[in-house]
Amino acid sequence: MEFSPRIVAFLCNWCSYTGADLAGTSRMEYKSNVRAIRVMCSGRIEPTFLLRAFIRGADGVLVCGCHPGDCHYQEGNYRCLRRFLLLKKYIVQMGIETERLKLEWISASEGKQFADLINSFTETITDLGPCKIKETMKVLT
Amino acid sequence: MEEPKPKLKLAVYWAAACGGCCVSVLDVHEKLFDVIAAADLVFWPIALDIKYKDVEDMPDNHIDVTLFNGAVRNSENEHMAKLLRKKSRILVAYGSCSHLGGIPGLANFSTKEDIFRRVYEECESVVNPENIIPLSEYEVQDGIIELPVFYNDVRSLAQVVEVDYYIPGCPPQTERLIEVFVAIVTGAEFPPKGSVIGAGNKAQCDECIRKKTENKRIKKFYRSWEIADDGETCFMEQGVLCMGPATRAGCGHRCIKGNSPCRGCYGPPSDVTDPGAKMMSAIASIIDEKEPEEIKRVLEDIVDPAGVFYRFSLPVSLIRRKLS
Repeated sequence: MEFSPRIVAFLCNWCSYTGADLAGTSRMEYKSNVRAIRVMCSGRIEPTFLLRAFIRGADGVLVCGCHPGDCHYQEGNYRCLRRFLLLKKYIVQMGIETERLKLEWISASEGKQFADLINSFTETITDLGPCKIKETMKVLT
Repeated sequence: MEEPKPKLKLAVYWAAACGGCCVSVLDVHEKLFDVIAAADLVFWPIALDIKYKDVEDMPDNHIDVTLFNGAVRNSENEHMAKLLRKKSRILVAYGSCSHLGGIPGLANFSTKEDIFRRVYEECESVVNPENIIPLSEYEVQDGIIELPVFYNDVRSLAQVVEVDYYIPGCPPQTERLIEVFVAIVTGAEFPPKGSVIGAGNKAQCDECIRKKTENKRIKKFYRSWEIADDGETCFMEQGVLCMGPATRAGCGHRCIKGNSPCRGCYGPPSDVTDPGAKMMSAIASIIDEKEPEEIKRVLEDIVDPAGVFYRFSLPVSLIRRKLS
Protein backbone atom coordinates (compact mmCIF):
# COMPACT_ATOMS: atom_id res chain seq x y z
CA MET A 1 0.00 0.00 0.00
CA GLU A 2 1.21 3.48 -0.76
CA PHE A 3 2.43 5.45 2.24
CA SER A 4 0.01 8.11 3.36
CA PRO A 5 1.59 10.33 6.03
CA ARG A 6 -0.06 11.49 9.22
CA ILE A 7 0.36 15.21 9.66
CA VAL A 8 -0.57 17.22 12.72
CA ALA A 9 -1.10 20.94 12.19
CA PHE A 10 -1.32 23.42 15.04
CA LEU A 11 -3.28 26.43 13.84
CA CYS A 12 -3.76 29.69 15.69
CA ASN A 13 -7.34 30.72 16.21
CA TRP A 14 -7.19 34.24 14.80
CA CYS A 15 -5.37 33.86 11.49
CA SER A 16 -4.38 30.36 10.44
CA TYR A 17 -7.44 28.44 11.57
CA THR A 18 -9.63 31.07 9.95
CA GLY A 19 -7.48 30.74 6.83
CA ALA A 20 -8.04 27.00 6.84
CA ASP A 21 -11.74 27.65 7.31
CA LEU A 22 -11.70 29.94 4.31
CA ALA A 23 -10.13 27.18 2.22
CA GLY A 24 -13.01 24.97 3.30
CA THR A 25 -15.84 27.44 2.75
CA SER A 26 -14.33 28.33 -0.63
CA ARG A 27 -14.50 24.61 -1.45
CA MET A 28 -10.82 24.35 -2.21
CA GLU A 29 -9.50 20.84 -2.24
CA TYR A 30 -6.41 19.82 -0.37
CA LYS A 31 -4.86 16.58 0.89
CA SER A 32 -6.73 14.94 3.73
CA ASN A 33 -3.58 13.88 5.61
CA VAL A 34 -3.66 16.81 7.97
CA ARG A 35 -5.22 16.76 11.44
CA ALA A 36 -5.83 20.34 12.49
CA ILE A 37 -5.58 21.38 16.14
CA ARG A 38 -6.83 24.82 16.98
CA VAL A 39 -4.94 26.79 19.62
CA MET A 40 -5.62 30.34 20.69
CA CYS A 41 -2.20 31.57 19.63
CA SER A 42 0.91 30.09 18.08
CA GLY A 43 2.68 31.40 21.19
CA ARG A 44 0.70 28.84 23.18
CA ILE A 45 2.35 25.94 21.38
CA GLU A 46 4.89 24.45 23.70
CA PRO A 47 7.77 22.35 22.34
CA THR A 48 6.28 19.47 24.36
CA PHE A 49 3.15 19.50 22.14
CA LEU A 50 5.22 19.10 18.98
CA LEU A 51 7.48 16.40 20.41
CA ARG A 52 4.48 14.51 21.69
CA ALA A 53 2.84 14.66 18.27
CA PHE A 54 5.91 12.92 16.81
CA ILE A 55 5.96 10.34 19.58
CA ARG A 56 2.29 9.50 19.09
CA GLY A 57 2.92 8.79 15.43
CA ALA A 58 2.93 12.01 13.39
CA ASP A 59 5.16 11.84 10.33
CA GLY A 60 5.19 15.61 10.00
CA VAL A 61 4.21 18.49 12.25
CA LEU A 62 3.10 21.87 10.97
CA VAL A 63 2.79 25.07 12.97
CA CYS A 64 0.87 28.03 11.58
CA GLY A 65 0.42 31.48 13.06
CA CYS A 66 -0.35 35.06 12.08
CA HIS A 67 2.16 36.93 9.94
CA PRO A 68 4.84 38.83 11.88
CA GLY A 69 3.31 42.02 13.26
CA ASP A 70 -0.24 40.66 12.96
CA CYS A 71 -0.47 38.59 16.14
CA HIS A 72 -3.75 39.06 17.97
CA TYR A 73 -1.73 39.05 21.19
CA GLN A 74 1.03 41.19 19.64
CA GLU A 75 4.05 39.02 20.50
CA GLY A 76 2.85 35.40 20.41
CA ASN A 77 4.05 34.51 16.92
CA TYR A 78 7.56 35.85 17.62
CA ARG A 79 7.72 33.65 20.67
CA CYS A 80 6.58 30.76 18.51
CA LEU A 81 9.26 31.52 15.92
CA ARG A 82 12.04 31.52 18.53
CA ARG A 83 10.87 28.26 20.06
CA PHE A 84 10.56 26.73 16.64
CA LEU A 85 14.10 27.66 15.60
CA LEU A 86 15.54 26.26 18.82
CA LEU A 87 13.45 23.10 18.62
CA LYS A 88 14.64 22.56 15.07
CA LYS A 89 18.25 22.53 16.26
CA TYR A 90 17.27 19.97 18.87
CA ILE A 91 15.37 17.59 16.60
CA VAL A 92 18.27 17.51 14.15
CA GLN A 93 20.53 16.42 17.01
CA MET A 94 18.05 13.66 17.82
CA GLY A 95 18.17 12.36 14.27
CA ILE A 96 14.77 13.60 13.09
CA GLU A 97 14.80 15.03 9.57
CA THR A 98 14.51 18.81 9.74
CA GLU A 99 11.84 18.87 6.98
CA ARG A 100 9.38 17.08 9.25
CA LEU A 101 8.83 20.20 11.32
CA LYS A 102 7.57 23.27 9.52
CA LEU A 103 6.45 26.75 10.47
CA GLU A 104 4.43 28.95 8.11
CA TRP A 105 2.50 32.18 8.53
CA ILE A 106 -1.08 31.98 7.22
CA SER A 107 -3.45 34.94 7.51
CA ALA A 108 -7.24 34.72 7.71
CA SER A 109 -7.51 35.62 4.03
CA GLU A 110 -4.99 33.08 2.78
CA GLY A 111 -7.19 30.04 2.17
CA LYS A 112 -5.46 29.31 -1.10
CA GLN A 113 -2.00 29.51 0.49
CA PHE A 114 -3.17 27.16 3.23
CA ALA A 115 -4.40 24.56 0.73
CA ASP A 116 -1.14 24.83 -1.26
CA LEU A 117 0.91 24.55 1.91
CA ILE A 118 -0.87 21.36 2.98
CA ASN A 119 -0.41 19.85 -0.46
CA SER A 120 3.28 20.66 -0.68
CA PHE A 121 4.01 19.64 2.91
CA THR A 122 2.16 16.34 2.44
CA GLU A 123 4.24 15.72 -0.67
CA THR A 124 7.51 16.45 1.19
CA ILE A 125 6.60 14.06 3.99
CA THR A 126 5.40 11.37 1.60
CA ASP A 127 8.80 11.52 -0.10
CA LEU A 128 10.57 11.29 3.24
CA GLY A 129 8.60 8.21 4.26
CA PRO A 130 7.34 7.26 7.71
CA CYS A 131 9.00 8.86 10.75
CA LYS A 132 11.02 6.31 12.71
CA ILE A 133 10.42 7.93 16.04
CA LYS A 134 7.36 5.97 17.17
CA GLU A 135 9.02 2.63 16.44
CA THR A 136 12.30 3.66 18.07
CA MET A 137 10.54 4.78 21.26
CA LYS A 138 8.58 1.54 21.48
CA VAL A 139 11.53 -0.78 22.08
CA LEU A 140 14.19 -0.62 24.75
CA THR A 141 17.15 -2.73 23.77
CA MET B 1 10.01 -7.16 79.62
CA GLU B 2 9.06 -5.80 76.21
CA GLU B 3 10.73 -7.42 73.22
CA PRO B 4 13.13 -4.99 71.50
CA LYS B 5 11.73 -3.72 68.23
CA PRO B 6 13.31 -5.60 65.31
CA LYS B 7 15.86 -3.43 63.54
CA LEU B 8 15.14 -2.14 60.07
CA LYS B 9 17.09 -3.69 57.23
CA LEU B 10 18.67 -1.27 54.77
CA ALA B 11 20.51 -1.89 51.52
CA VAL B 12 22.38 0.44 49.17
CA TYR B 13 23.34 -0.68 45.68
CA TRP B 14 25.12 0.92 42.75
CA ALA B 15 24.41 0.03 39.14
CA ALA B 16 25.74 2.22 36.28
CA ALA B 17 26.96 4.93 38.65
CA CYS B 18 30.11 6.86 39.47
CA GLY B 19 30.05 6.05 43.18
CA GLY B 20 29.15 9.61 44.17
CA CYS B 21 25.74 8.53 45.44
CA CYS B 22 27.28 5.96 47.78
CA VAL B 23 29.67 8.65 49.00
CA SER B 24 26.71 10.96 49.64
CA VAL B 25 25.35 8.21 51.91
CA LEU B 26 28.72 8.03 53.69
CA ASP B 27 28.50 11.81 54.08
CA VAL B 28 25.92 11.36 56.82
CA HIS B 29 29.12 11.16 58.93
CA GLU B 30 28.47 10.52 62.62
CA LYS B 31 24.72 10.37 61.96
CA LEU B 32 25.51 6.94 60.55
CA PHE B 33 25.67 5.74 64.17
CA ASP B 34 22.06 6.84 64.69
CA VAL B 35 21.14 5.00 61.53
CA ILE B 36 22.83 1.75 62.52
CA ALA B 37 21.35 2.02 65.99
CA ALA B 38 17.95 1.69 64.36
CA ALA B 39 18.82 -0.26 61.25
CA ASP B 40 21.11 -2.98 59.95
CA LEU B 41 22.87 -2.44 56.66
CA VAL B 42 22.44 -5.81 55.01
CA PHE B 43 23.94 -5.06 51.59
CA TRP B 44 26.18 -2.19 50.48
CA PRO B 45 28.96 -3.09 48.02
CA ILE B 46 31.00 0.09 48.61
CA ALA B 47 31.29 -0.59 52.34
CA LEU B 48 30.42 -4.21 53.12
CA ASP B 49 31.59 -7.52 51.73
CA ILE B 50 28.26 -9.15 51.00
CA LYS B 51 27.95 -11.12 47.78
CA TYR B 52 25.12 -11.18 45.24
CA LYS B 53 24.61 -14.80 46.26
CA ASP B 54 23.81 -13.71 49.84
CA VAL B 55 21.15 -11.35 48.51
CA GLU B 56 19.73 -14.11 46.33
CA ASP B 57 19.42 -16.31 49.43
CA MET B 58 17.40 -13.71 51.33
CA PRO B 59 13.65 -14.34 51.57
CA ASP B 60 11.43 -12.02 49.46
CA ASN B 61 10.70 -8.61 51.03
CA HIS B 62 13.49 -9.26 53.52
CA ILE B 63 15.03 -5.79 53.09
CA ASP B 64 12.91 -2.89 54.35
CA VAL B 65 14.44 -0.13 52.24
CA THR B 66 16.86 -0.29 49.31
CA LEU B 67 18.52 2.85 47.97
CA PHE B 68 19.29 1.97 44.36
CA ASN B 69 21.66 4.34 42.62
CA GLY B 70 22.90 4.22 39.07
CA ALA B 71 21.22 3.67 35.73
CA VAL B 72 20.57 0.33 34.06
CA ARG B 73 23.18 -0.05 31.35
CA ASN B 74 23.89 -3.81 31.19
CA SER B 75 22.42 -7.17 32.12
CA GLU B 76 24.11 -7.21 35.52
CA ASN B 77 22.43 -3.90 36.43
CA GLU B 78 19.11 -5.28 35.26
CA HIS B 79 19.53 -8.52 37.19
CA MET B 80 20.30 -6.60 40.41
CA ALA B 81 17.40 -4.20 39.87
CA LYS B 82 14.98 -7.12 39.53
CA LEU B 83 16.55 -9.01 42.41
CA LEU B 84 16.49 -6.06 44.80
CA ARG B 85 12.93 -5.27 43.79
CA LYS B 86 11.94 -8.77 44.85
CA LYS B 87 13.89 -8.66 48.10
CA SER B 88 12.84 -5.13 49.18
CA ARG B 89 9.63 -3.81 50.64
CA ILE B 90 10.49 -0.27 49.57
CA LEU B 91 12.72 0.37 46.55
CA VAL B 92 14.02 3.91 46.23
CA ALA B 93 15.58 5.26 43.03
CA TYR B 94 18.41 7.24 44.62
CA GLY B 95 20.19 9.91 42.62
CA SER B 96 19.89 11.26 39.07
CA CYS B 97 21.07 8.13 37.24
CA SER B 98 18.54 5.87 38.83
CA HIS B 99 15.82 8.56 38.77
CA LEU B 100 16.34 9.93 35.23
CA GLY B 101 19.16 7.98 33.57
CA GLY B 102 21.67 10.64 34.53
CA ILE B 103 25.07 11.20 32.97
CA PRO B 104 25.36 7.56 31.75
CA GLY B 105 22.06 8.24 29.96
CA LEU B 106 23.85 10.61 27.59
CA ALA B 107 25.08 7.42 25.92
CA ASN B 108 21.61 7.31 24.32
CA PHE B 109 22.98 9.83 21.83
CA SER B 110 25.01 6.89 20.48
CA THR B 111 24.37 3.25 19.72
CA LYS B 112 26.14 0.28 21.26
CA GLU B 113 28.13 -0.11 18.02
CA ASP B 114 29.22 3.56 18.10
CA ILE B 115 30.42 3.19 21.67
CA PHE B 116 32.32 -0.05 21.09
CA ARG B 117 33.97 1.35 17.96
CA ARG B 118 35.06 4.49 19.77
CA VAL B 119 36.27 2.75 22.92
CA TYR B 120 37.98 -0.34 21.49
CA GLU B 121 39.10 0.89 18.06
CA GLU B 122 39.28 4.63 17.53
CA CYS B 123 40.20 6.11 20.89
CA GLU B 124 43.60 7.83 20.70
CA SER B 125 44.96 6.02 23.73
CA VAL B 126 43.90 2.54 22.60
CA VAL B 127 46.34 0.05 21.09
CA ASN B 128 44.29 -2.90 19.89
CA PRO B 129 45.83 -4.35 16.71
CA GLU B 130 43.98 -7.64 17.08
CA ASN B 131 40.70 -5.78 17.37
CA ILE B 132 39.66 -7.48 20.59
CA ILE B 133 36.26 -6.46 21.84
CA PRO B 134 34.53 -7.79 24.95
CA LEU B 135 32.09 -10.63 24.35
CA SER B 136 29.31 -11.60 26.69
CA GLU B 137 30.35 -15.26 26.45
CA TYR B 138 33.73 -16.82 25.77
CA GLU B 139 34.67 -20.48 25.67
CA VAL B 140 37.82 -21.54 27.49
CA GLN B 141 39.17 -24.97 28.36
CA ASP B 142 37.20 -25.22 31.60
CA GLY B 143 33.88 -24.07 30.18
CA ILE B 144 32.19 -20.80 29.28
CA ILE B 145 33.09 -17.56 31.00
CA GLU B 146 30.63 -14.68 30.94
CA LEU B 147 30.52 -10.91 31.06
CA PRO B 148 27.38 -8.81 31.49
CA VAL B 149 25.64 -7.94 28.20
CA PHE B 150 26.07 -4.27 27.26
CA TYR B 151 22.68 -2.86 26.19
CA ASN B 152 22.02 -0.40 23.41
CA ASP B 153 19.80 1.81 25.62
CA VAL B 154 20.53 3.22 29.04
CA ARG B 155 17.43 3.02 31.22
CA SER B 156 16.28 4.58 34.46
CA LEU B 157 15.36 2.23 37.30
CA ALA B 158 11.63 2.80 36.79
CA GLN B 159 11.96 1.69 33.15
CA VAL B 160 13.01 -1.72 34.46
CA VAL B 161 11.14 -2.36 37.70
CA GLU B 162 8.43 -0.75 39.81
CA VAL B 163 9.87 2.02 41.97
CA ASP B 164 8.31 3.21 45.23
CA TYR B 165 10.09 6.54 45.71
CA TYR B 166 12.57 8.82 44.01
CA ILE B 167 15.29 10.82 45.72
CA PRO B 168 16.77 13.08 43.03
CA GLY B 169 20.18 14.72 42.79
CA CYS B 170 23.69 14.24 41.49
CA PRO B 171 24.33 13.30 44.19
CA PRO B 172 21.30 13.82 46.45
CA GLN B 173 21.82 16.33 49.25
CA THR B 174 22.93 14.35 52.28
CA GLU B 175 20.72 16.54 54.51
CA ARG B 176 17.67 15.38 52.54
CA LEU B 177 18.72 11.77 52.93
CA ILE B 178 19.04 12.21 56.70
CA GLU B 179 15.48 13.58 56.76
CA VAL B 180 14.31 10.51 54.88
CA PHE B 181 16.23 8.18 57.23
CA VAL B 182 14.73 9.90 60.26
CA ALA B 183 11.26 9.59 58.74
CA ILE B 184 11.79 5.86 58.19
CA VAL B 185 13.20 5.24 61.66
CA THR B 186 10.52 7.21 63.48
CA GLY B 187 7.86 5.47 61.43
CA ALA B 188 6.48 8.70 59.94
CA GLU B 189 3.70 8.30 57.42
CA PHE B 190 4.96 7.74 53.89
CA PRO B 191 3.90 9.85 50.94
CA PRO B 192 1.95 8.12 48.14
CA LYS B 193 3.86 5.58 46.09
CA GLY B 194 5.75 7.04 43.16
CA SER B 195 6.45 10.36 44.93
CA VAL B 196 9.67 12.27 44.68
CA ILE B 197 10.93 12.64 48.24
CA GLY B 198 13.73 14.71 49.71
CA ALA B 199 13.04 17.59 47.26
CA GLY B 200 10.55 20.35 46.56
CA ASN B 201 7.78 20.52 43.98
CA LYS B 202 8.42 23.93 42.46
CA ALA B 203 11.15 25.07 40.09
CA GLN B 204 14.59 26.22 41.21
CA CYS B 205 13.80 29.78 40.10
CA ASP B 206 10.93 30.00 42.60
CA GLU B 207 13.38 29.67 45.45
CA CYS B 208 16.51 31.11 43.87
CA ILE B 209 18.58 33.49 45.96
CA ARG B 210 19.83 35.52 43.02
CA LYS B 211 18.31 38.88 42.05
CA LYS B 212 15.89 38.73 39.17
CA THR B 213 13.65 41.14 37.32
CA GLU B 214 10.59 40.39 35.23
CA ASN B 215 12.23 41.89 32.22
CA LYS B 216 14.60 39.27 30.85
CA ARG B 217 16.03 40.28 27.47
CA ILE B 218 18.93 38.38 25.99
CA LYS B 219 20.81 39.17 22.79
CA LYS B 220 23.72 36.85 23.41
CA PHE B 221 24.35 33.71 25.40
CA TYR B 222 27.67 33.08 27.09
CA ARG B 223 29.39 29.95 28.29
CA SER B 224 30.11 30.51 31.96
CA TRP B 225 33.83 31.06 31.36
CA GLU B 226 33.16 33.79 28.79
CA ILE B 227 31.65 36.26 31.22
CA ALA B 228 32.52 37.77 34.58
CA ASP B 229 29.57 36.80 36.77
CA ASP B 230 28.57 39.63 39.13
CA GLY B 231 27.75 37.10 41.82
CA GLU B 232 24.20 38.26 42.48
CA THR B 233 22.10 38.67 39.30
CA CYS B 234 20.07 35.80 37.83
CA PHE B 235 22.32 33.79 35.50
CA MET B 236 19.78 33.83 32.68
CA GLU B 237 19.58 37.62 32.84
CA GLN B 238 23.34 37.72 32.39
CA GLY B 239 22.99 35.44 29.35
CA VAL B 240 24.35 32.29 30.98
CA LEU B 241 22.29 29.14 30.42
CA CYS B 242 20.88 27.97 33.74
CA MET B 243 18.55 24.98 34.02
CA GLY B 244 16.68 26.61 36.93
CA PRO B 245 13.35 27.15 35.10
CA ALA B 246 13.07 23.43 34.28
CA THR B 247 14.56 21.93 37.44
CA ARG B 248 13.02 20.83 40.70
CA ALA B 249 13.94 22.81 43.78
CA GLY B 250 15.23 21.28 46.99
CA CYS B 251 18.97 20.92 46.48
CA GLY B 252 19.74 24.01 48.51
CA HIS B 253 21.19 25.80 45.43
CA ARG B 254 24.58 24.24 45.89
CA CYS B 255 25.73 25.18 42.39
CA ILE B 256 24.22 28.67 42.43
CA LYS B 257 25.87 29.37 45.78
CA GLY B 258 29.13 28.28 44.20
CA ASN B 259 28.50 30.87 41.45
CA SER B 260 27.79 28.23 38.86
CA PRO B 261 24.50 27.92 36.94
CA CYS B 262 22.09 25.04 37.62
CA ARG B 263 22.77 21.91 35.56
CA GLY B 264 19.41 20.30 36.18
CA CYS B 265 20.35 17.22 38.23
CA TYR B 266 17.15 17.26 40.31
CA GLY B 267 15.08 16.65 37.19
CA PRO B 268 11.88 18.41 36.17
CA PRO B 269 9.47 19.90 38.73
CA SER B 270 6.28 17.92 39.32
CA ASP B 271 4.23 19.80 36.71
CA VAL B 272 6.77 19.43 33.89
CA THR B 273 6.87 16.41 31.58
CA ASP B 274 10.01 17.08 29.63
CA PRO B 275 12.71 19.30 31.13
CA GLY B 276 14.41 20.06 27.81
CA ALA B 277 11.19 21.11 26.11
CA LYS B 278 10.41 23.33 29.09
CA MET B 279 13.87 24.84 28.86
CA MET B 280 13.52 25.53 25.13
CA SER B 281 10.27 27.25 25.88
CA ALA B 282 11.84 29.37 28.62
CA ILE B 283 14.85 30.35 26.54
CA ALA B 284 12.81 31.30 23.49
CA SER B 285 10.82 33.66 25.70
CA ILE B 286 13.82 35.71 26.73
CA ILE B 287 15.60 36.14 23.41
CA ASP B 288 15.25 39.77 22.41
CA GLU B 289 15.12 39.40 18.63
CA LYS B 290 12.31 39.15 16.09
CA GLU B 291 14.00 38.50 12.76
CA PRO B 292 14.68 34.83 11.95
CA GLU B 293 18.31 35.51 11.01
CA GLU B 294 18.94 37.46 14.20
CA ILE B 295 17.31 34.73 16.31
CA LYS B 296 19.44 32.11 14.60
CA ARG B 297 22.53 34.15 15.38
CA VAL B 298 21.62 34.22 19.09
CA LEU B 299 20.88 30.49 19.03
CA GLU B 300 24.31 29.77 17.59
CA ASP B 301 25.65 30.49 21.08
CA ILE B 302 23.80 27.39 22.28
CA VAL B 303 26.13 24.86 20.74
CA ASP B 304 24.60 21.64 22.03
CA PRO B 305 20.97 22.16 23.06
CA ALA B 306 20.15 18.47 23.41
CA GLY B 307 23.19 17.77 25.58
CA VAL B 308 22.69 20.77 27.83
CA PHE B 309 18.93 20.59 28.26
CA TYR B 310 18.85 16.83 28.77
CA ARG B 311 22.16 16.47 30.57
CA PHE B 312 20.63 14.28 33.30
CA SER B 313 17.32 13.23 31.85
CA LEU B 314 17.73 11.91 28.31
CA PRO B 315 16.51 8.32 28.94
CA VAL B 316 13.24 9.48 30.57
CA SER B 317 12.55 12.41 28.22
CA LEU B 318 9.96 12.31 25.44
CA ILE B 319 12.56 11.46 22.79
CA ARG B 320 14.69 9.23 24.96
CA ARG B 321 17.36 8.32 22.42
CA LYS B 322 18.80 9.48 19.14
CA LEU B 323 17.09 7.85 16.18
CA SER B 324 19.40 5.63 14.24
